[in-house]
Amino acid sequence: MRFPFFMREATRAMRRNAAPSFSALATVLVTMVVLGVFIPIVQATKGAANSVRSRVMVDVYMTSSATSADDARVQKELLAVPHVKSAQFESKQQAYEQQSRQDPQAYALLTSNPLPDTFHVLPDSPGNVLLINSALTPGGHPLDAAIGSVSNKKNDTRKILEVTNLVTITAAVVTVLLTLASVLLIANTIRLSLYARRREVEVMKLVGATDWFIRWPFVIEGMVVGALGSLLAIGVLGITKIALLDPLANNWTLIAAPRTIAFPALVAVLLGAGAAVSALGSGLSLRRFLRV
Amino acid sequence: MIEFRGVSKLYAPGDVGLDQATFAIDRAEFVFLVGSTGSGKSTVMRLLIKEVDPTEGMIRVAGHDLSRIGRRRIPFYRRNLGVVFQDFKLLPSRTVYDNVAYALQVTGGSRKEIRQKVPFLLHLTGLSTKLHNYPDQLSGGEQQRVSIARAFVNHPPLVLADEPTGNLDPETSIDIMRLLYRINRTGTTVLVATHDQAMVDKMRRRVLELSRGRIVRDEAAGLYARDETTREFAQRMRSPSVRPPGL
Repeated sequence: MRFPFFMREATRAMRRNAAPSFSALATVLVTMVVLGVFIPIVQATKGAANSVRSRVMVDVYMTSSATSADDARVQKELLAVPHVKSAQFESKQQAYEQQSRQDPQAYALLTSNPLPDTFHVLPDSPGNVLLINSALTPGGHPLDAAIGSVSNKKNDTRKILEVTNLVTITAAVVTVLLTLASVLLIANTIRLSLYARRREVEVMKLVGATDWFIRWPFVIEGMVVGALGSLLAIGVLGITKIALLDPLANNWTLIAAPRTIAFPALVAVLLGAGAAVSALGSGLSLRRFLRV
Repeated sequence: MIEFRGVSKLYAPGDVGLDQATFAIDRAEFVFLVGSTGSGKSTVMRLLIKEVDPTEGMIRVAGHDLSRIGRRRIPFYRRNLGVVFQDFKLLPSRTVYDNVAYALQVTGGSRKEIRQKVPFLLHLTGLSTKLHNYPDQLSGGEQQRVSIARAFVNHPPLVLADEPTGNLDPETSIDIMRLLYRINRTGTTVLVATHDQAMVDKMRRRVLELSRGRIVRDEAAGLYARDETTREFAQRMRSPSVRPPGL
């Protein structure tokens, strides 16, 4: 393959067809900006949903007379229950200190500690929390005599799981739709600019050019237009990030907190996707015009 | 050079492009293909560049059986043909020079080869001053000369011209025919499809006439065998008399 020749052909085509090339570039730019804004938003949403889900747990309250030997035995029994990831112990004293710090006035009125020893049982996955709940209270009675009660947050848990599931699915669907829309939009723009040049392709075939001899300049052109559009989009996103988001992130933890995609990774994804989609779009759209 | 044996082409049931055509054209012949619109002239041309395949029959060009050439080999086959069209089919985004050079670039011609051959051919066709013009800046006759230069730059053994003078005035047409004749005199087989009866009468070359897809006439008229220079040729073409000066 004679790359310099194909490169010259591609740049010539872009110069001579400035308007269609520009519209393809603008399409790539706009879709990539939208994608670039949306990917972090979707990720932040999913991250927030996941962090809510990770807080779903079962609290096991011991009886007030439970000894430390009871605590040790119950902890072993809890860890033996299927789907339990960990069982974190919180003594009466720790619970009291924690609660009184949150609500000092109410706790100042109390003369003794009404709080029991507590185990915070974490499931291996949030969906299994209800299974654990029923395993801890077989037949409506606690597993061990030393267990006073098991928190029964069935309704709350179910709601949290449903809502976060919905959020995750919606985010995934929106991502897929948006990606699909970008690909179609870019492919269509390229197709239009190729359609204007179909006669040229026909002539090339008549003088004996092979399919790939014709195709390479178009693929390179698509790649260059895609990469340029993506670079511009990345520039816009970068400026937005530095000018708007970074100052806010210092004051507003929500923006900084969720684990979203890192900016360099986002840049790589957008650049790769932009160039690849445009190059593929050019190469494939050309197929029907090559049948001469 | 070209051999059609019982070639038929049906575009759709009842839509006959060519009907049992059999003829042969020798190396270095100059042959006219005449007939009214829809008689099958263009079908013959499209079959020869393997844009379409015959429904039945066999076509041989320069020893190749066209049915044996696979889709992927078509570009390589076409490099043995020079093709000239009524609508010129030039690349609008390229200069005159680049249009002619493209035919060489396609075959992998080196830059040195291109720098030698292209200016030579454009000089031959009288376009030396128009090298860097774009096709839309040229007259019809000039554009057709560019397309002839492109068709001949590879020195193909066969040049096909489909209505090369269809869009041109009579004087320009004579220039174009003169150019094709000149190519023919280098030993290249030339096949010209046309409906310009006056032109055909004056040229007095072999004529194949088609009517509704059938060959209805195949004759070598008048001074067919006589060898004349392109200057004599042009003079005779411009003279108002149909009869040759020697008779």
